[in-house]
Amino acid sequence: MTATSAPARAARDASVPPAAPPGRRRRLLPFSGWHLALAPLALLFAVPLLWLLLSSVMSDGEINRFPPALWPSHVDLSGYRYVLGNAMFPRWFANSLIVSLVAVASNLVFGALGGYAFARMRFAGSRVLLVTMLATMAIPFQLTMIPTFLVMKRLGLIDSLGALIVPSLVTPFAVFLLRQFFLSLPRELEEAAWIDGCSRLRVLWSVVLPLSRPALSTVAVLTFLGTWNDLTWPLIAINHDVHYTLQLGLTTFQGQHHTKWSAVMAGNVITVLPVLLAFLAAQKSFIQSITSSGLKG
Amino acid sequence: MPRLPAPLTLPPDAPTDAEVRRARRRRRRSESATAWAFVTPSVLVILGLGIMPVVWSLLLSFQADDLVTPSRWVGLQNYHALTKDPNFRQAVHNTLLYTALYVPLSMVFGLLLALALNRRIRLVGLYRTLIFVPFVISATAQGVLFSFILDPEFGAANSVLHALHLPAQGFLTDPGQALYVLVAISLWSGTGFCVVIYLAALQDVPPSLIEAARLDGAGRRHLLWHVVLPTLTPVNVFLVVWQVIESLQVFDLVYVTTKGGPLGSTTVIVYFIWEMAFQNFTAGYGAAAAYVLAVALLVIAAGTRVLRRRGPARLEGATR
Repeated sequence: MTATSAPARAARDASVPPAAPPGRRRRLLPFSGWHLALAPLALLFAVPLLWLLLSSVMSDGEINRFPPALWPSHVDLSGYRYVLGNAMFPRWFANSLIVSLVAVASNLVFGALGGYAFARMRFAGSRVLLVTMLATMAIPFQLTMIPTFLVMKRLGLIDSLGALIVPSLVTPFAVFLLRQFFLSLPRELEEAAWIDGCSRLRVLWSVVLPLSRPALSTVAVLTFLGTWNDLTWPLIAINHDVHYTLQLGLTTFQGQHHTKWSAVMAGNVITVLPVLLAFLAAQKSFIQSITSSGLKG
Repeated sequence: MPRLPAPLTLPPDAPTDAEVRRARRRRRRSESATAWAFVTPSVLVILGLGIMPVVWSLLLSFQADDLVTPSRWVGLQNYHALTKDPNFRQAVHNTLLYTALYVPLSMVFGLLLALALNRRIRLVGLYRTLIFVPFVISATAQGVLFSFILDPEFGAANSVLHALHLPAQGFLTDPGQALYVLVAISLWSGTGFCVVIYLAALQDVPPSLIEAARLDGAGRRHLLWHVVLPTLTPVNVFLVVWQVIESLQVFDLVYVTTKGGPLGSTTVIVYFIWEMAFQNFTAGYGAAAAYVLAVALLVIAAGTRVLRRRGPARLEGATR
């Protein structure tokens, strides 16, 4: 392509009056004009988060006067102290962490096992099961939440972390995504290990999984994001504040401490920080996860 | 597409075809048992908390159930009551209005931003990050943050308006504004998703296509309208379906900010379902409303699938 286009471009440039240097327009600005549009827009997206961070280190006096201070006069950590001291936040943080990490681990394990069986193994009923599972991906949560509540109640799990963990143990999404990825791997590698007498589990563990890092991280990222950020199900399944997750705790806390905005914002920062840090640390694979799961299923 | 792995070490003498076949046959017998062991956990969870509840929900929707005492069969009464319930009608109206605003706006903004961001200039990575970051933040955190910013008395938004000599607004406390404010908050967090998807698609536009059009003398505008945008059709279809499904299911943000108020102006369908089932303890009635929503979602998904199959450009893979 470049070979054919280079002479063509040269020919076109040759017809341009020699005053303008080839391939370059006269510039009014020392930088691309796009910055004039993009910088304010990007700022517009950033300002609410900046305000969140700033107000979490303001004193309530600064927040509640009118008009409120736009910049804290000094870093006031009383909001954080309040949240970490007399409230349940550390407990909620731990609950959220437990639920999310268990969900990630079990989705990886069960997703890989199920996905591998569907991708590579022949067994009675595999087609029916796969189609059924695909169909469940299209079921909206609202349709299942009432019976799921009743099931959890019968299992005696309502109002415990178990009620949050069990429904998120494995999603059809994890199984299906990993199946698709395993199908794209060359079979020969597995067959070689297979001939050597490795069991299926061994092949999966030492041949397939090491090659599947991108898909595994997609499952991990999206599972973590989904469980950490969920509010609907904890709201339904949990009654007592000792079992709250951070999201549920934060909204209840806001309702109870309506005027203590610095503490509410400090709690909000704590709620947001783990996903924010995870995102900033692994932005590229994060975005890849979202686009690939969105566009390629 | 995943990168193909670098070749691993193969056994020195490759096995013959016959050997491979014999090994396969030997394994097939124990294979089925192993396979079932592999899929059983997924099958249990997915059938138990996917398929079974769908059936249960259907049965519930024909019953009066308060989640505690045994339920009573009432036939189609729940559905009948739904058609007459002004609250449900308002919830449907609010949800459709929210969807009709959020979906096109998020896609148009997303596309414009993606087109602007799809170039190699300094800081573009920072811009992309800033625009996308709100997407990873939970609806709860967004709701709490914006309740604070938009607080009519102490909020920063009204003091900015004050500084500009504009009248103070009620925002989420004003029945005439609350739903639009919710759309705006969702746009703040959801546009980044459209941007990321569009950016990925723009980068997939084959350079040869653009090169060819350029050689044919296409100008910038022509290139955009007749070459770039048509290749985005499958992505547009995907985003419409995805965003519609997301907005018909909006709940968390509403719960955190307005609880359906003021005066029911932000009661959306899922909020209605939740309220009926878990606040008023009329689970059968809630299940009926949930079925109405689910059928609507199914029709949308099936409809676009038919459309997509007829269309020339097809999106690869399952996008629901």
